Amino acid sequence: MNERIKVAVIGPGNIGTDLMYKVRRSQYMDLVLMTGIKPDSEGLALAAKEGIKTSLKGVDAILENDEIRIVFEATGAKPHMKHAPLLKEAGKIAVDLTPAAVGPYVVPYVNLHEHLDKPNVNMVTCGGQATVPIVAAISRACRVRYAEIVATIASKSAGPGTRQNIDEFTQTTAKALEVVGKARKGKAIIILNPAEPPIIMRDTVYALVDDPDEQAISASVKEMVENVKKYVPGYKLKVEPYVDGDKVTTMLEIEGAGDYLPKYSGNLDIMTAAACAVGEVFAQKLLKEQAAIEQKV
Amino acid sequence: MKSRKVAILDTTLRDGQHAMAHQFLPEQMADIARALDDAGVGTIEVSHGDGLAGSSIQYGFAAASDAEYLEAVSKVIKKSTLGILLLPGIGTQRDLEMAREHGAEAARVATHCTEADIGEQHIQLARELGMRPIGVLMMTHMVDPAKLVEQAKIMEGAGADLVYLMDSAGAMLPPDVKARVAALKSALNVEVGFHAHNNLSMAIANTLAAVEAGADSVDGTLRGLGAGAGNAQIEVLIGVLQKLGIETGVSFYEIMDAAEKVVEPIMLRPQVINNDSLMLGYAGVYSSFLLHARRAAKRFDIDIRDILVELGARKTVGGQEDMIIDVAIEMAKKADR
Repeated sequence: MNERIKVAVIGPGNIGTDLMYKVRRSQYMDLVLMTGIKPDSEGLALAAKEGIKTSLKGVDAILENDEIRIVFEATGAKPHMKHAPLLKEAGKIAVDLTPAAVGPYVVPYVNLHEHLDKPNVNMVTCGGQATVPIVAAISRACRVRYAEIVATIASKSAGPGTRQNIDEFTQTTAKALEVVGKARKGKAIIILNPAEPPIIMRDTVYALVDDPDEQAISASVKEMVENVKKYVPGYKLKVEPYVDGDKVTTMLEIEGAGDYLPKYSGNLDIMTAAACAVGEVFAQKLLKEQAAIEQKV
Repeated sequence: MKSRKVAILDTTLRDGQHAMAHQFLPEQMADIARALDDAGVGTIEVSHGDGLAGSSIQYGFAAASDAEYLEAVSKVIKKSTLGILLLPGIGTQRDLEMAREHGAEAARVATHCTEADIGEQHIQLARELGMRPIGVLMMTHMVDPAKLVEQAKIMEGAGADLVYLMDSAGAMLPPDVKARVAALKSALNVEVGFHAHNNLSMAIANTLAAVEAGADSVDGTLRGLGAGAGNAQIEVLIGVLQKLGIETGVSFYEIMDAAEKVVEPIMLRPQVINNDSLMLGYAGVYSSFLLHARRAAKRFDIDIRDILVELGARKTVGGQEDMIIDVAIEMAKKADR
């Protein structure tokens, strides 16, 4: 199958640029446009160097191109609120990496299949992408009354967007632990550590559960980790789930792929990698639909 | 230092929560707050040890909610200002609003000493809500005075009218404190405060060094109740400042009585410097790690001192209690247990 779905990235910042390199490698997606609004953008310059068409017309450049079917939004919450209805009207699927959360939260291998009919899906937060799979895996083995995650990231990997809106991280992640992870109650904590050399992203996942079966939990978590590894190779189980009374503790370490962002910023890498994985699933679905139509014709 | 005045902030009901494993009951808090209020303490801070919304598996669940604690204390205090602590990343602006609704009049917004910008929104909100906005830099032994000035200015810029330096690891010596407080005093247009820990038996000496360097506000707790080896023992501090002729507005006899009659009977253990807490100060580790490290050392059968030294070497910051388990497990694996 040589045909690929045409996609675009809007927002050529750190996230958008890292995403560009990942989407470039996709066998189902063809990155045809990278668009922004700032003339001096390093991301746009790098895209041009890769031979990708660039534009300074922001969302308009995407709306002008009927061939683009999937759009990765890596701007900010406010711009995406404006872009979302425009993209929907134009029949384009939006994969939203901002905190806008216009569409439902999605996590690959956890709940993406439930939302393949939606015009807009949201990538939660970096902490959510890292920890929701674990909570969901534990939920598959037993009832989770309460899930709490602690994400520790290198100060250098937290951009101004995260810093000025740190509550968005804690609130959105906590909500995703409940909605997607199926914990009855969720709580999230984020810590920035300025140590040099920068630390690799680490997450601790605690869960209070009913009738824990350590073997069942462990098997479910390991299976999930293997799935996440398919799109985030640096996703590592640092401490396997261990049960202490009704408490399950699991620790993760996430090293980035180092595409554009440094390897320690696993928190950013898991966002772009997960978004790319989501795009792939949508692209495959679109390709199937296309093939079905062609067969009929 | 003639006729100088220094403001006193008591944090028995916040930092002291660490020593109580966050199990203070609201009625105990009310009794302590009443005694502090009667003694004339300026500000009484009430929160989970790790600030609003700190109640968690990571830090320990508290015996009551933030709202219940604040409600219990706000009912009994007459003159003192009711304060809270909030660590962005743990608590949120919603918690700040909740605290305001339950009577909090001052908000200390605390970040690691290099991360002030994550608290700008919270400082601004505290001001908008009509609470006294106070910025706090934690673990200040880890960086030099110039870096602290840079970070304190971010808090000042966000609207803080007082910026605190916390020696969260109880790792500083008086010259370290003097240099840091003096640097802030000469660079900021707002007041400067200091919060000590006693891991190296320096809490009173360091607080005094801060006052000599111009600190406008200092912290203490009754019987020194607090994380690690505790804080500056407030009744001792009041006596020392009185001897120096520095006004605090706090009655020496009454604060002593509060310590002996109200707090001492409910303490879980005497607040002393044992080897574990001494190691916190020596290795420069967040004081709140103490009880968590003790539990991990016991569970994984490792010398707690080795755990603490390793945590110091890894440059862990406040809030990283999960690293204690991580390090302990690694050490246990290495020792093949």
